[in-house]
Amino acid sequence: MTSLPTHVEKQLGLVIDLDTCVGCQACVTACKGWNDHSHGLSDADPYGADPSGAFLNRVHSYSVQPAEGAAQTINFPRSCLHCADAPCVTVCPTGASFKRSEDGIVLVNEAACIGCGLCAWACPYGARELDPTEKVMKKCTLCVDRITDTSLPEEDQIPACVRTCPTGARHFGDLSDPESKVSCLVEARGGYDLMPGMGTKPSNKYLPPRKKDRLETSPLAPLLDIQATGFAGWLDKMLGKLS
Amino acid sequence: MHPAPSVILFTTFSGMGLGLLAFLGAGFPTPQGLTAFLHWGLAYGLTVGGLLASTFHLGHPERAWRAFSQWRSSWLSREGVAAVATLLILAPMALSDIFGLGLPRVIGWLGALGAFATVGTTSMIYAQLKTVPRWNNWTVPALFLSYALTGGALLAGQSTPALAGALALAFAVIFHFQKGDLALHMAGETTGTATGLDRIGAVKVFEQPHTQPNYLMREMIFHVARKHVPVLRLIALGGSSILPWMALFLVPLSPLTFAVIAVIHLTGAIAQRWLFFAEAEHVVGLYYGER
Repeated sequence: MTSLPTHVEKQLGLVIDLDTCVGCQACVTACKGWNDHSHGLSDADPYGADPSGAFLNRVHSYSVQPAEGAAQTINFPRSCLHCADAPCVTVCPTGASFKRSEDGIVLVNEAACIGCGLCAWACPYGARELDPTEKVMKKCTLCVDRITDTSLPEEDQIPACVRTCPTGARHFGDLSDPESKVSCLVEARGGYDLMPGMGTKPSNKYLPPRKKDRLETSPLAPLLDIQATGFAGWLDKMLGKLS
Repeated sequence: MHPAPSVILFTTFSGMGLGLLAFLGAGFPTPQGLTAFLHWGLAYGLTVGGLLASTFHLGHPERAWRAFSQWRSSWLSREGVAAVATLLILAPMALSDIFGLGLPRVIGWLGALGAFATVGTTSMIYAQLKTVPRWNNWTVPALFLSYALTGGALLAGQSTPALAGALALAFAVIFHFQKGDLALHMAGETTGTATGLDRIGAVKVFEQPHTQPNYLMREMIFHVARKHVPVLRLIALGGSSILPWMALFLVPLSPLTFAVIAVIHLTGAIAQRWLFFAEAEHVVGLYYGER
């Protein structure tokens, strides 16, 4: 049913730390690998002249110029935010797109998807891509087939992107529990929503980059002020007069 | 947004067809025999043809029947239900006109309401999307409904409603352009709000996340021929509204002239519908620094 649940028992989601993300694309690769093996996430013409494919996670890179100081490079992973008011769910004409009341994950029932693409239009975050060969909509499942699979070692029962991140920039947990690790992180670091004006109430949060230290003066500055003496001093004076 | 030919044809043809169905249902005119067959045939042909065209862009058209199930929440589902209901309600009226069965006209009035309701649901599929600020306002239902009114009246040979429709259409087209050009700015979304990095400073794209265009970029970021916009806007406004309006005053009206005016109107409608998609900016483009 494409109506949103009135209540979720918990809200699983990701907290992404833009301070520690180095833009290595390991989460993109891990996501693609896991999902392609589990339920299919195809490419079109992967080794040809015009390769293209569906991905559930993309890492952008921005240059941000503060009012003072040097510009910063900020890497920015973008995937489904498992919104509380997910517009992709309510627009779906077939009921294929749904939000689970038990854990708040937004999923697609691929057998009922007609591939009309309206859910992708309704999403402000570009979280959904049509599979080029299966012609059904694909999206982040929070690796629902890992996090619920108790046959896996406990450390693997988290989304593939979180498991693989070499800098620990991705955190997974219950955002509806104010005591959870992810909620504490959001609280401590001022985690924020993307495009709150769209009214989607995203579950995933982004932690802003920490304020950069500013070097007031270069540690090498004293060296620039060395006064030449003797012959070099005389030469310096003479050349100064000529120029 | 990508102007998919199937969706452009679907919305223009089915809009015109539903308009004609509404007029025939309401009994303006009430043709009989073969004339009735041709009128109703044209109306059903345009509407059903348009609906079929809309299934061409589906990934799985064979599952389209599932789209009738979610009318409680989805405008696309409501459109499907309303369209089929309208076609079913009007079928006995059409048969009554063709074979002179004399069924009460109230069935036709009900069908006429259904036809305009269907056009309304089509417009809401677009107008509901906050992600496309150019569409997210009242001008979209105004546009679709006045197109159905004008197109339907022209095909039905009804000059007074056609004149009223063309006038309403002129305002709808102009307001849609004018309001639409400001919409993205008014929505206030930028690459800064899309990433939340506006809290640090001015944000610009440093490097794209992938080297080839993906589904999102193909579907929602459209550049080609936006440079032809002024000319196309003139064709859209002139063809769908102003020329038909003037012709209704100046040309002696006959079935043939109505047909010619309807074709001019349809040309303008297609130009307008192409612009409707090609000019619409989706906020996901902000992540790519494009619109």
